[in-house]
Amino acid sequence: MEEFAALVDALVYTRSRNEKLRLIAEYLRATADPDRGWALAALADGLDFPAVKSSTIRNLMKDRVDPVLWTLSRDFVGDTAETASLLWPAPEEPPSPPSVSEAVELLSSMNRKSVVTELPRLLDRLDASGRYALLKLATGGMRIGVSSRLAKTAFAQAFDVSVDEVEEYWHGLAAPYPELFNWAAHGKDPPDIENLPTFRPFMLAHPLEETVVDLTEYAAEWKWDGIRVQLVRAGGETRLYSRSGDDISATFPELLDVLPFNAVLDGELLVRGNVQGGEAGGAASFNALQQRLGRKTVSKKMLAEAPAFVRLYDVLIAEGNDLREKDWTRRRAALERLMARLPESHFDLSSLVEARDFEHLAEIREGSRDDAIEGLMLKRKDSPYIAGRRVGYWYKWKRDPLLVDCVLMYAQRGSGKRSSFFSDYTFGCWDGDPDQGADLLPVGKAYSGFTDEELKKLDRHVRSNTVNRFGPVRETDKSLVFEVAFDSVHESKRHKSGLAMRFPRIHRIRWDKPPHEADRIEALRSLVRD
Amino acid sequence: MAAPFSWIKPEPHGIYIEPADCWVDPSRAVDKALVTHGHADHARGGHGQTVATPETLAIMKLRYATSDGATPVEYGETIRLPGGVDATYIPAGHVLGSAQILLEHAGERVIVTGDYKRRADPTCPPFKVTACDIFITEATFGLPVFCHPPIEEEMRKLLDRLAAHPDRCVLVGAYALGKAQRVIAELRKAGHTDPIYLHGAMEKMCRLYEEHGVDLGELRLVADHTKEEMRGAIVVCPPSALNDRWSRRLPDPITAMASGWMRVRQRARQRNVELPLVISDHADWGELTRTIREVDAQENWITHGREDALLRWCQLHQRRARALALVGYEDEDD
Repeated sequence: MEEFAALVDALVYTRSRNEKLRLIAEYLRATADPDRGWALAALADGLDFPAVKSSTIRNLMKDRVDPVLWTLSRDFVGDTAETASLLWPAPEEPPSPPSVSEAVELLSSMNRKSVVTELPRLLDRLDASGRYALLKLATGGMRIGVSSRLAKTAFAQAFDVSVDEVEEYWHGLAAPYPELFNWAAHGKDPPDIENLPTFRPFMLAHPLEETVVDLTEYAAEWKWDGIRVQLVRAGGETRLYSRSGDDISATFPELLDVLPFNAVLDGELLVRGNVQGGEAGGAASFNALQQRLGRKTVSKKMLAEAPAFVRLYDVLIAEGNDLREKDWTRRRAALERLMARLPESHFDLSSLVEARDFEHLAEIREGSRDDAIEGLMLKRKDSPYIAGRRVGYWYKWKRDPLLVDCVLMYAQRGSGKRSSFFSDYTFGCWDGDPDQGADLLPVGKAYSGFTDEELKKLDRHVRSNTVNRFGPVRETDKSLVFEVAFDSVHESKRHKSGLAMRFPRIHRIRWDKPPHEADRIEALRSLVRD
Repeated sequence: MAAPFSWIKPEPHGIYIEPADCWVDPSRAVDKALVTHGHADHARGGHGQTVATPETLAIMKLRYATSDGATPVEYGETIRLPGGVDATYIPAGHVLGSAQILLEHAGERVIVTGDYKRRADPTCPPFKVTACDIFITEATFGLPVFCHPPIEEEMRKLLDRLAAHPDRCVLVGAYALGKAQRVIAELRKAGHTDPIYLHGAMEKMCRLYEEHGVDLGELRLVADHTKEEMRGAIVVCPPSALNDRWSRRLPDPITAMASGWMRVRQRARQRNVELPLVISDHADWGELTRTIREVDAQENWITHGREDALLRWCQLHQRRARALALVGYEDEDD
């Protein structure tokens, strides 16, 4: 555990990607099985121990530290694991740290009851850095600036294998990945995943920004407003994966017995409705889909009222043929041929957008807002299907955001990179004429869109214009206007205003604008397209 | 007769002593100011009269290029102010010249600490616990997560990293007044005798410390030397220069920062620090609570910092306390 804790600390303080790769690779080479497998899993995907949650740690701490002092500390530090590691009472015995696999074994064996005595015993065996690493490992996502891709790249670098191959096997295997180490570190045969319904990493797009593309080389397609999914059938089983590779099959059971052949398909998950047009009827707005996300079980009513379907973009593998090396034009043709064998009830094809030239395409994009479409995708016709984001192949050309002027109402300290700064802002619009005594009603929250320099100024603004404190929340004097950018706005019960924005972010800070000139609720409501 | 302690008034811009018509550490120019120490947020320029220790006055003269109305008071010395108020300057252990100010009027004793710490510091005399009725304390690191480790450990971390990278240099961001000189003096104590390189903005303050008897060993200016000469050396700069273009003239610097905030990982990350050194000239949580206990005043007033937690601690330990909302104190780099 000491080596892993030292690695975690070194990674926290390292900026350079190459240096991070070097640190992880060095650790993976120097550490024995299965410790390194668990460490790799923790870095890449995070481990899951049902009995150990953030709330478990919080409860343990509240028995050891005054609850108010705990809350204030947690709020400032911005990370439960780190706060606990700092506040944990120093044990009398000198540390006797467990190995990573011993720690994993102990954590796995804990249940809700035993965790109350077992986790403290484990924490008492570690110093502050060890406690931090253990708690991070125990509660899932490490959030130390190491992406899943980076961890896998480090693994590939450590044993001189291809990272694409690692990606390919990864999702068919489980921590601590003995097959992966046997293959890469010990020279054994590669893992066999052909008959497993495993996730294949998505090909992703870059924002288009100032680039202009030639439409003889690129195909244009709508960017639908649902969630990107991969539907996989192999070994007699169908699974649905989200963009990050999470298995969301259980949430959408209606899609699990409709794929009649083995395949890996890429598409947009949508719910039937009448705003987002397509080949075979329309889809509902993202808001409707959102009602179905994140559920572990789905009611019959929900299945009847908001049936899901997949609007297909691409085909990676069909009936044993791996098409990923083929260019987009060939894959698209293959996909179009497959459509005839897929039930219309659960599939349609994402249509291509025909335009004379780039300018014409820009005009079409301008007109796309009313269809609740996110914008356009541009795909180079000769592009293979490559995991990740590769420059020049795929572009997303999002429509311009909507803008509204709001007034800062409440602020809270952020987490992670923004920890200890007031960086989470709740803002509102006027419920009527502010000069006639109208109130502000909250319409949204944003955590991004400003620079580090602006964050410092905003933090200072909050601290010196606080009029009220509600625990960690500061109410400000409502003197600052934000120009807020967002993708769309929907009816919602979450805010008193009855509206919720999608992807709100601070577009500009209007230090110059008097708050009574900010927008009214009606202005925002007029943009609803449900 | 006036109500107890009604002669001392905490205002947003400083602590006002009514009978003497003067202010402690005012954040704007006033006719008469008592200044605890030379940090810019406590020692503003432009006052009609400034009462402070000779060291603090020297620092202010260096910073504001004027010493108009300077009235020096030595440690332990008492100065009589108008309206029957006595002010005594007592070491605070924060930086060179830093003082707590004991104010006495009508048999009532009030201490304003300014900033302070309880650790040994080779650049200034230690904090002296002094009995009083009202103790006005800072709370910069007033959260139980703040526990500054022994400085020797941090020096060891710094010297080990330096030794491991003989081709690079370690660039230490440190507050130009106090922290920088303390870090250098502690490095000397730890046996590091090599020349230490300075950012130009640090030179004068280091000279001033030396003139006041603090030995800093051989100091060189970065501007006078080549990249080659600085390999394997320690370079000290103000925190603002850490990620500045200026540092490109250095040989592949390892970025370090000496600050109490480095105790929190994300704080170090926010500043792109690779080698966090938890070194502060402020009291940590243990020192703050210990000091409140030892001074044992009837009432504690808490100024800038994380006052909520210290208030809570006072409440838990049956000590009377209130928070003062003073504006203008900055503590980002300490």
